[in-house]
This record gives sequence, structure tokens and C-alpha cells, in this order.
Amino acid sequence: MNDKTASPLKVPETKAKDKPIVEVSGLCKWFGDFCALFDINFSVNFGEKVVICGPSGSGKSTLIRCLNQLEEHQLGTIRIDGREVKPGMKGIEEIRRDVGMVFQSFNLFPHLSILDNLTIGPIRNRGMSKSEASEMAMELLDRVHISEQANKYPMQLSGGQQQRVAIARALCMKPKIMLFDEPTSALDPEMISGVLDVMVELAEDGMTMLCVTHEMGFARQVGDRVIFMDDAEIVETADPESFFNNPETERAKLFLSQLLSH
Amino acid sequence: MDRNSPPPPLPRRRVTLVDLVLIGLVIGMIVYAVYRVNDVLVYHWNWERVLSFIIRFDEESGRWVANLLLQGMFTTLRLAVWATILATIIGVIMGYWRRCNNLTLRIISRTYVELIRNIPPIVFIFIFYFFISSQIFPLIGLSSLRYDSPYMDNDLFRFMFGNPRLFENFIAGMICLAVFEGAYITEIVRAGIQSIGKGQWEAGRAIGLSHFNILRDIILPQAIRKILPPLAGQFITLIKDSAMVSLISIQELTFLANEVAATTTKVFETWILVGAMYFVLCYFFAYVFAKLEQRGARANR
Repeated sequence: MNDKTASPLKVPETKAKDKPIVEVSGLCKWFGDFCALFDINFSVNFGEKVVICGPSGSGKSTLIRCLNQLEEHQLGTIRIDGREVKPGMKGIEEIRRDVGMVFQSFNLFPHLSILDNLTIGPIRNRGMSKSEASEMAMELLDRVHISEQANKYPMQLSGGQQQRVAIARALCMKPKIMLFDEPTSALDPEMISGVLDVMVELAEDGMTMLCVTHEMGFARQVGDRVIFMDDAEIVETADPESFFNNPETERAKLFLSQLLSH
Repeated sequence: MDRNSPPPPLPRRRVTLVDLVLIGLVIGMIVYAVYRVNDVLVYHWNWERVLSFIIRFDEESGRWVANLLLQGMFTTLRLAVWATILATIIGVIMGYWRRCNNLTLRIISRTYVELIRNIPPIVFIFIFYFFISSQIFPLIGLSSLRYDSPYMDNDLFRFMFGNPRLFENFIAGMICLAVFEGAYITEIVRAGIQSIGKGQWEAGRAIGLSHFNILRDIILPQAIRKILPPLAGQFITLIKDSAMVSLISIQELTFLANEVAATTTKVFETWILVGAMYFVLCYFFAYVFAKLEQRGARANR
């Protein structure tokens, strides 16, 4: 046993690496008359890191928000670790506890201290004692390099620090997969690298990750696969190197040229 | 010139000619009003007669005791406090129902709010009073309470609810006001819950909290901070609105003022005095709440 195993970010070793944790087939989602997702099919295996990119309004966020049912889909099936996720289902909380989510706008609880932001989940959901939960939370805060801020309130932290707290809060539930919804888009440029560093460490520790992001450096460094979406559909799936160097479709070429032109 | 030197003063606003003219006009109007009252109306002011209804010297016990008007003010205050507490409970429940997923509960709370907001308060109070006093009170046994029992005839009870003999009367007025103001507090609570962003619900859901836990641990604690200032305002409104229950013979300040005005025939003095009492009461609370709000705002930084 090496010391990496002891780290709180370390994901429990899964028996079958090739087993899918997320399976999506025929997923469709409308907002009113607007079709946000159309016939989405993909799967993510345990330990895989998948980057979703595409122009704004292409349905990236909606897609990952359907996975933990922050958005309800009309058609298609979603399975998380073998359990089907349906709109209005009983026991959705159980599934959400296995699916960590990080939002673009952090969404920390402003009336709770950083430590309480982390411990509220384990205390309420897992019936953990306050001291036990605090101990785990402090370890996680240490891993996101922010443990000295534990007793402050979210408003006292910079955006980058808040986002790292949000990552730690999601990890507190010991999720099997982490969803990132443009985690660096709302940050000042100098704050981005700190958050990306934490995400890279998390990836290195073997966490299964599904990231909506335009950070190409991050996608190249940790991504196993890039899913490119446009106009509610998956247009292209490829490994990061070939996607960024030689995109196959015209739409991906256009998107990348716009991303690179500034 | 260096950056640590005291900053030069900014130009001050001065009293201008317009201010002087306006002040002159206001003073002129006051002087004219006083002249009218003194010379044209021919009215014999007698403040002492009315002032003695605030406090009087009790010969028997040899000390100063509250007279009718001050007693009325205490009743008004008790009414306002208890009615606000009850109205807040109603408001929180109904305000939550306004926003919850169950259609029946939404219809109930919506109906409640719309009914009360679209009926004149006085009409509502008449309907409600004759309904509760004649139907509900006998049903729950309130009209057969023993006023001289030790549970009711003690100092604590008098402090909280006033004269035990008027308890039924007091409760009727209190419930009337609470149900009436509850509709406004419902809207305050609804707005407070709505003001908490969608992101907070989503963050709560994303870590697997139940609907109840999100509401209790995440939404309500934040909503309450936003609700408190308008709730304090509603309390002051309630103090003023409580004057309406004098019409159903609740013996609060306005009701007793009516009696004082009738017995002394000093109508002007009585109502000016009562107006001043309401003003002092409301202004005092407004001041205290504003101070508390400032302190709360500072503590949240």
C-alpha cells in the first residue's frame, strides 16, 4: 500500500475498470418548445476523464445536469452505476450522493462557514457525527489547499478559493463520479490555475470526471476523451490530441478556430 | 501635497432661498391654524383633564397607576405582539405552501391571501368576529373559562394578556388581527423564499439533501434574514391596524380613547394625545428595528 491510497481524494479501487458508471442512450430534453438535447448516446467508464466542450447554448450544461436530475429529461434512459435515473423518481437523493457536482457560480451556502458548508452533507445524509465530519472536511480542505480558511464565510474568500471549497464540498459525499459545469468560467484569470491544479490532482488520484470546460490545456493533460457538442447533439468524440489538432467535422473546426482566435 | 495629508473638504450643501421660503410658508400655516383654533373656533382647551387619563394618583394605595389610556396602549401592544407571533406562524406555513409542489396546498394559500387582500379589513373583521365569537369560542370552551382561577388570576397572566376578565375579548381581537395580517406576512415570506437563488436549491440537491433539509438548513436561514426587516415593518403596521378592532369592542387604545372623549367631551385633546401615543409607540419600534438592522448588516460583513 503506497501513501497515495491514504489520500482523501483517492477513489476506492474499482474491481472492473471497464465497467461503465454513466450510460446514456437516446436522451432528449426540451425547454418548452426548445430542444436542448437530442438523441444523446454515450457512456463513461470508471476512472475515465471526459471533457465536454462546444459553443454556448449547445446543451453541455443541460446534459450533465440531467445526470443528477437537476434537469428532468423527457425521453431516453440514464443509468448511473447501473441504476436508472428517472424524472420524479423516489430515492434520487441516494444517486445524487454518488454524483458530486461543481457549479460555474460555486453556489456555496453563504450563511454557513466553510467547514459547515462541507460537513452539512455528511451530517444530514450519512448520519455522521459533527466531529467525524469535521475531521474529514479538514482533510479535504487541506487537499484543496485552503484549510486555513475553514472558519471563514464564503463571502470572505476569493472566487478561486470558493470554487476549491465547492470541490471539497462535493468530495465530502465520497462521490463515485464528479461533474464539473464550467468550473473556471466565472473566475478571474489569475484564479483559474489554482482550481485547475486541484482538478488535475483529483484526476491523478483516479476520480471519474465529466467536465464541461473550455480549458484546452486541462483537457489535453487529463482528458481521456473529448465530447464535442453543437446544437443539442454530440457531433464528435475523440481523444484530446486528435480533437484539438485534427478535428474531423466542420463545426468542430469552426468552434476551435473561434476559441483560438483570441 | 502627499497622499497621507487630510483630504480637502467637498463643497457643502447650503440653506438656499427656496428653503427659507418653504420654511416661512410652513410656519405661516401653523400660525394660521393656531389662530383659527383660538379665535374663531372658541374652544376651551383643558389638557389636564385628559392627561389624567394616562396616569392618575391612586389615593388608596398612595401611588401613581396607569389610567385608561395607558392601559389601552398596553393592550394595543399586547395585541400587536401576540398577533404578530401568530400571524408569522400563519405566514410561514402559508408562504411555504404558496411555493410548494402540492396543488391543493397552493390553492388553499392562494385563496387565503386573495380573499383577505381583496376585502376591506373592517368588513373582514366584522365577519370574522361574529363567526369566531359565536361559533368557535364556545366550541373550544374558551367562553366557559374560570377567570378567577389561579392559572389566570396572577401577575404573569396579567402581564402577558391583560385583565383575565377580558381574555376572551382579547383573544378574539388577536386572532382577527393575526389572520388578517397573516396574509401580508404570507407574501413577505413567499418573497423571502423566492429571493434565495435557484443555485442554493441546486447545490443542496447536488449533495443529496432532502427537500426538507434544504428548506430547513439552507433556504429558511437565509430567507429569514431577508424577511426580518419587512416583518418588523409589518409589526408597526399591525400596531396601527389594531385600532380597527375597537369596532368589535376590544378594549385597546382607540376604543378607550373613544370612551374618554365621550365622558370628558374633550375630543380634540383626547385624539391629539392618542395620536401622539401611537406615534411614540410606532416611532420607537421603527427606531429600534432600524438600529438592529444596522447592527445585523454589520455582523453579516
